[in-house]
Amino acid sequence: MKIALLYPELLGTYGDGGNVLALVERSVRRGIEASVSEVHHGDEVPEADLYVLGGGEDGPQRMAADLLRASSFASRVSDGARVLAICAGLQILGTSFCVEGDDEYQGLGMVECVTRRGSSRSVGNLGTEVHGDRLVGFENHGGVTELGADLRPLGRVLHGRGNDGSVDGFVTDSIWATYAHGPVLALNPWFCDEIIAVLANRELDELATVADELYRRRCDVVFA
Amino acid sequence: MRAKIAKSCVQLVNRVSKAAGRGAGTVIGGRVGLALDPQLLAKLSRGRQVVLVSGTNGKTTTTALVCAGLGRAAVTNNTGANMPAGHVAALSAASSQHDVAVLEVDEAWLPKVVSDVGPVVLVLLNLSRDQLDRVSEVRQIALKWRESFRSLPNSTVVIANADDPLVVWAAHTAPNVRWVATAHQWNLDAASCPECTSPLTFDAGSWSCRCGFARPEVTASLSDEGIVVGSSHYDLALQLPGSFNRVNAVLAVTALDELGVDPGDAVARLEKVTDVAGRFSERIWRSHRMRLSLAKNPAGFAALLATVTATDSFIAIGINDRVADGRDPSWLYDVPFELLRGKTVYCFGDRALDLATRLDLAGVSFVLDDTEWPTADDVLVIANYTAFRDVLEGSTAR
Repeated sequence: MKIALLYPELLGTYGDGGNVLALVERSVRRGIEASVSEVHHGDEVPEADLYVLGGGEDGPQRMAADLLRASSFASRVSDGARVLAICAGLQILGTSFCVEGDDEYQGLGMVECVTRRGSSRSVGNLGTEVHGDRLVGFENHGGVTELGADLRPLGRVLHGRGNDGSVDGFVTDSIWATYAHGPVLALNPWFCDEIIAVLANRELDELATVADELYRRRCDVVFA
Repeated sequence: MRAKIAKSCVQLVNRVSKAAGRGAGTVIGGRVGLALDPQLLAKLSRGRQVVLVSGTNGKTTTTALVCAGLGRAAVTNNTGANMPAGHVAALSAASSQHDVAVLEVDEAWLPKVVSDVGPVVLVLLNLSRDQLDRVSEVRQIALKWRESFRSLPNSTVVIANADDPLVVWAAHTAPNVRWVATAHQWNLDAASCPECTSPLTFDAGSWSCRCGFARPEVTASLSDEGIVVGSSHYDLALQLPGSFNRVNAVLAVTALDELGVDPGDAVARLEKVTDVAGRFSERIWRSHRMRLSLAKNPAGFAALLATVTATDSFIAIGINDRVADGRDPSWLYDVPFELLRGKTVYCFGDRALDLATRLDLAGVSFVLDDTEWPTADDVLVIANYTAFRDVLEGSTAR
């Protein structure tokens, strides 16, 4: 399994490296080989099974969008690679997003969604329901994201705001996107495993770690 | 007259608050005073030389070092109350004979405090991610600083860390800056240029961007043995641990040089400092001999972890998530805990489970159960803001 972390210097404000770390550790502990490459400004986007995009501030987010637009990223995804996109990463994949005030900036247009500037920042715990399972994280963003009619949200918001107060993120055959950082895969081992299972194309054995207890505790707090 | 009444009220309220056992009585009086006279901070600063110290990490320590190096009493907010109410309380309580005030200032409040007090010296330490749920983005802070420094007079000397690109970008608008080389280590928040967002190049102790934004010429610097101020070298043997305290020291000595204190005298005084408001102090906690340190964000933790890898003590780390700590401990994933591989970390605090999960992913052993702590050995404790305060209050002097 090849994982590429895209532009961590631009999209890595919130411990986003933790998602990659959880993916690798939970794979390796089950005997699934996993390697990580970090892609920096100026590097070619390499072939990978999963690209990871994190959160970032306005200026760096705009630059990351420009770099990705000029790269082979979108064509590699349409050729079968998958993407995990968090917060600013989520916004970049859409049609457009807002930076620095209300300036609209062109996204990659890989999915049909538009992010506008919300009237206030969304800061706090985010709790959603994803096909029956509970997902916990923390959100900190100023966007309100509207999904196109054919784009399926990742989860239903039970606590916090996510895209718009009712749903969070989106999911396609090749993309998982959420406003939950946290980092979300370290906090939600089941979600991490779901992604690994898809990438490895196999059922996974149980793996008990301290993260299970953390997940239960965070669910108790966030969904209280 | 209004200011005089307001000042008396600050002192009275603080005495009552203290007597009633409600807090240290530093902030509430200041709030009352500012409500009575919004110009109170400006008025109380008049007639004093004011030194302000701000930045993400090292504010309290550097403020204490400037005070220690001065060689005479100064007004200071050494309780860590670093917003205007705390400044007003410190200045109201001070004797009029104290002609110098050394105040640490919360990063977000700095523009307002600078404009109120008109500092003679302004020390800018560093800027990095910290409490993002409260201040959202570190570059926003840098931008606010930058805008406010445009109106600084030439008489305010800014002492700025030349090895932190965000600080340099912020300070560039100030008319009178002394740049100090510090070999600052943390560049995770300045990988892209603050001016144009292209990647910065860090090379051989310097940095630059293709847009022309680059490390400025320095007039003071930190070396392996000591510090250089102007053309003179001074050996520096601090009792405070860690290279980050040497950085705080070179900035403090440069500030003191600006106040007319001989750098050699200043260094000699700094070398006598053993702890700062409990930070780096040696105490007894849970019947262990303890060395206690504060770290509350990735840059602070990274600097501290680099100093503990060779310790014989066992290591306990406490993480809370109260408002003063920031409610979201995601930043634990930006801390290089991998440095502690081969050791066992004893976890405590509100978010001990988050810490344990982070350590597990880093390949570091952890213990969550208090009853499994070693019984006799010395302990080295690192804790974030309120966890640190809890340990300090729950421990005794050695």
